[in-house]
Amino acid sequence: MIRVDDVSFRHRHTTDDVVKNASFSVANGRIAVLLGPNGSGKTTLFKCIAGLWKPCGGAILLDGTDTARLPFRERALLLAMVPQDHTPPFPYTALEAVLMGRAPHVGMYATPTSGDMEKASAAMETIGVGHLADRPYTRVSGGERQLILIARALAQESPILLLDEPTSHLDFRNQHKVLSMVRRVAEEKGLTVLMTLHDPNLAAHFAHQVVLLKEGRVIGEGPPEQVLTTENLERLYGIGIGVMSGAKRRLFYPTPS
Amino acid sequence: MAAPLLAALFSLFLGAYGISPPQVLSALRDGLAGIDSPEASIILDIRLPRIALAGLAGMALATSGATLQAVLRNPLVDPFILGISSGAAFGCALTIGFAPFIPLQAAAFLGGGLAVLTACLIASTGDGGMSRLSLVLSGVIVSAFFSAMVSLIKFFVEPMKLQSIVFWLMGSFSLAEWSQARSAGVGILLGCLPVLLLRWRLNVISMGDEEAQTMGVNVSRKRLIFITAATLAATSAVAVSGIIGWAGLMVPHLVRMLAGPDHRRLIPLTMAGGATFMILADTAARNLTDFDIPVGIITAVAGAPFFVYLMKRNGKERWGR
Repeated sequence: MIRVDDVSFRHRHTTDDVVKNASFSVANGRIAVLLGPNGSGKTTLFKCIAGLWKPCGGAILLDGTDTARLPFRERALLLAMVPQDHTPPFPYTALEAVLMGRAPHVGMYATPTSGDMEKASAAMETIGVGHLADRPYTRVSGGERQLILIARALAQESPILLLDEPTSHLDFRNQHKVLSMVRRVAEEKGLTVLMTLHDPNLAAHFAHQVVLLKEGRVIGEGPPEQVLTTENLERLYGIGIGVMSGAKRRLFYPTPS
Repeated sequence: MAAPLLAALFSLFLGAYGISPPQVLSALRDGLAGIDSPEASIILDIRLPRIALAGLAGMALATSGATLQAVLRNPLVDPFILGISSGAAFGCALTIGFAPFIPLQAAAFLGGGLAVLTACLIASTGDGGMSRLSLVLSGVIVSAFFSAMVSLIKFFVEPMKLQSIVFWLMGSFSLAEWSQARSAGVGILLGCLPVLLLRWRLNVISMGDEEAQTMGVNVSRKRLIFITAATLAATSAVAVSGIIGWAGLMVPHLVRMLAGPDHRRLIPLTMAGGATFMILADTAARNLTDFDIPVGIITAVAGAPFFVYLMKRNGKERWGR
């Protein structure tokens, strides 16, 4: 479970809070999506939750543990992150990259054991990228790389999974492929997932819960059918928004203002 | 991994004083049995310590280069770029010129440490962060500064000392003795050991600070350990051999081209490769001509074209962005 409790964040040498008293929580086994326009403080809040930046106020609790003073290794055992933009300097093979997810389980002066290798391979099979194991990680497609990174997070065996805009560099097909995979794996392994997305339609389809962030404040939170309304989205993005409803899905689209 | 031993053996049979291979072997036997002969003393007290020192220095520079490349996520850095070599040279030149009572090893480490610390302070952004690019740039600045300081020292010291500084700076193993191999060996092994033990973490750290942190690695502490170890190894080598360029940059790249970037293999192979490379380069240095050419010239003559080839061949992608 992720609990964000009254979190504020301000950059050094500035006076304005980028995140203002944000509070929400994600229950175990749920998929939550953080939606917000560019500059809404989405990335900042995300980095605070991942433990990369320290909030100026409030607390972030992972499975009941306050993360403020948690060592990196223990935090990594609770939470795995799938990064967004990614340019490794050396062409590791995909398997070597996935194996890195075992870092919190490998002793300080040790190298991964055969057990770690098996877990890395198993994670790749689960995600369906086992055939890429020996390919240089720098020479696979964007969609494949995203899946490899998800496999790496899976190899980390943490109960909480954070994904930073997992679809931002992907084409139409791969967006759905990657998010479907995230949902399937989250259900199979009982993971708690929090991700940032730019497309409310993807959020409506894949999330159990949506958090709307505008100018650093949480302006709405709950199940997508309740929170994702044209009014809320117009307020969030500041443009006119229309909706088409089919039998099973609703589809939001921008309207000329 | 046996390459350094083969290179050492090969190197043992070549030298200014012509000794035939059977004589080398019998001299080795004599020497080990404690029998004195001119051949035995040439083999055991001149060639062997020089080979050992070249091997140790090559290992130190190459390992240091591979470590820095991973920690700074930049395939184009080595002890020289970060200013470590120049800092160490400054420490040594200062010692040779004005304070001969300070051990060279210590002066080199202090100088190199000062250089890398300064580079990090200049690059630091104030909130504990440090950008890769600015660190490299700071290294270049610091390197230039310490080179200028060395020139200043050269300008002010007595002619006799100037000569020894200039000769030492050129990079050579020609004055190798067992005592040098021992004193440098301690620092070199102390520097290489933590890198060898922690080598897999280099994979994780090379993915970037934030990613490594979310994978449970305390990046700033690990980086401190790695940079200190790399500094100790490189400065220990500089203290006995002067500035020998290119080995720290070239050997890790060669190994990476042959065995891939995984540091679990890369670090041990780089150690062996660095030792082999330097032993062979030094063998060439003392056998190519009637003179004992400084080995730094050999490595630069071989290294510069190799590096151009590497850059052209691999293009942009392999370097990362």
